Amino acid sequence: MTNNGSLTRYAPSVIGWIVLVSLPEWINAVGYTDLGSRVVILGLAAMALNFLLGHTGVLSFGHAAYFGLGAYGAGLTLRYLAPSTGLAILVGTGIGTFAAMLIGPLIIRLRGVYFAMVTIAFGQIFYFIAFRWNTVTGGDDGLTNWTRQPINLGFATIDLKDPVAFYYLTLVVFAVATAIMAKLLASPFGRSLLAIRENERRALFLGIPVNLRIWLSWTVSCGFVSIAGAMYALLNNFVDPRALHWSQSGTFVIMAVLGGMRSFWGPLIGSAIYVVLQDYLSSRTSNWMSLVGLVFVLVVLFFPRGVLGMLGRRSAT
Amino acid sequence: MTQLILFNLFNGLIVGAFYALMALGLSLIMNLTGVINFAHGGFLALGGYLAYTLIPYVGFWGALLVAPVLTAFLGLIVERFLIRRLYGHDPLYSLLLTFGLAFIIEDGTRYIWGAQAVPYEVPAALTTPLSSDYFFLTGYRLFMVALAAISVIALFVILKWTRLGMRIRAGTLDLETVSVLGVNTAILRNLNFGLGIYLAGLAGVLAAGQLGVEPTIGSSLIMPSFVSIIVGGLGSLPGTLLGGLTIGVASSLTSVFFPSATEAVMYVIMALVLLVRPRGLFGQEGRF
Repeated sequence: MTNNGSLTRYAPSVIGWIVLVSLPEWINAVGYTDLGSRVVILGLAAMALNFLLGHTGVLSFGHAAYFGLGAYGAGLTLRYLAPSTGLAILVGTGIGTFAAMLIGPLIIRLRGVYFAMVTIAFGQIFYFIAFRWNTVTGGDDGLTNWTRQPINLGFATIDLKDPVAFYYLTLVVFAVATAIMAKLLASPFGRSLLAIRENERRALFLGIPVNLRIWLSWTVSCGFVSIAGAMYALLNNFVDPRALHWSQSGTFVIMAVLGGMRSFWGPLIGSAIYVVLQDYLSSRTSNWMSLVGLVFVLVVLFFPRGVLGMLGRRSAT
Repeated sequence: MTQLILFNLFNGLIVGAFYALMALGLSLIMNLTGVINFAHGGFLALGGYLAYTLIPYVGFWGALLVAPVLTAFLGLIVERFLIRRLYGHDPLYSLLLTFGLAFIIEDGTRYIWGAQAVPYEVPAALTTPLSSDYFFLTGYRLFMVALAAISVIALFVILKWTRLGMRIRAGTLDLETVSVLGVNTAILRNLNFGLGIYLAGLAGVLAAGQLGVEPTIGSSLIMPSFVSIIVGGLGSLPGTLLGGLTIGVASSLTSVFFPSATEAVMYVIMALVLLVRPRGLFGQEGRF
């Protein structure tokens, strides 16, 4: 019985990892490895958002700002500072996390729609900085003239020009990041976040410093989003202000909802569906924006619990 | 120099009046239903485009009357068939729904009217400068400010003294009690939504006369309206009005001295306000 239980418990993640690790093998048609990298990177971003949205119950609609800061941090490092991919990821993550830490105290006292609005609005500051600061960021045209560099491990050098090699780097970053998030959620700290989600007042009565915990959760969440942003910049060898725009935040939220907000892996599935769908639609029609909008509407009306939410309910009954 | 500053001050007032018109509609909807209407900018664009289509048939004045009403009617339909289903659910869902709607409207207007800004015929009586010293005081600009002011006053009169307005205000405080007292809250929320969208449509017609109208006009005006509401304090309509005017004037004056910070300045103001008053200038503890 217990054997059976642990089998059904671990089988999905094992299958999931097999799919992710073997992905370049079966998706190797030209260009599609990058699509896989995009699914994993945006999936990481959506999972990071979901750390706050689904597991702490705080509605943030401004995560693109920290995604974009991670992306610009990485791009600017490679362009101006040093030809090191590792340093680029570190700097991008550092900048995004630091900005989130600073903005946190201004917003953690707010809740619900108020929190959502303020996070959206704050995100736009960075958008306009990237947009206007032409000489450094390239403005509307984006930051170009840089490429991801080989990683030197001492005993071996990994050439990241190859999309498959980069995919595996992405997957390693993804694995480490999700492992840390899972560990955090399973810790007493993570449990206190769930308590805040379920009943904030009760959590407060239990002596949980709610605002401080939300600030921490916000910082952690934005930190992982900025890792995803840095990886996204490396994937494209390019960043432009749209990475920071509020419409990008909406994309992360819909991914989380589409896959299932209440589950850990849901946003990754949401990302896979969304990225593939968008790629397909934008290759077929120039009006893909309406269709993406329609996806938002349909998901909200008919699919609010997401893929994993639906499956979970079915297996529970 | 004084002329330049005066010009930008006046310009800021116009821009601020726009922000305020749009933000007041957003506020109205949010206060009663808790819905952040992301598609508000889309409705603004629709108002502008409808007026553009109507002008050859009914003239500018006719379009000014009809287009906002048509826009409001579209708003009533959207509320009735889409947004109404989401009341009482996590605000996340209405946010995502209107977000998707904003995409659909922006892309739809691009499909119907083209991606380029469409030109706009304003009556000649309104375009001549009124004074040679103060060249910026064209009739149209004064007219816009006046009309925005009249609309805002009319809105506050409606809210203060009409039965509908009293019910909206009461519903903002406690919708359940209003419902128990025999008011049909479904209709109340529907009309309130329409009223908010009417303001967006009106702002759209006015903005189109000044700037022309293009598909992205909505998404570029929605953020300043959010900032207006946050600065003024969620839940307070006078606050929203003040917030809109403040950031309009501030960003316009900044464009004289430090052009590259024109947009950023409103976010700086927002940060400062939140630092001192976490709920905005007129916001109160409670609902939000």
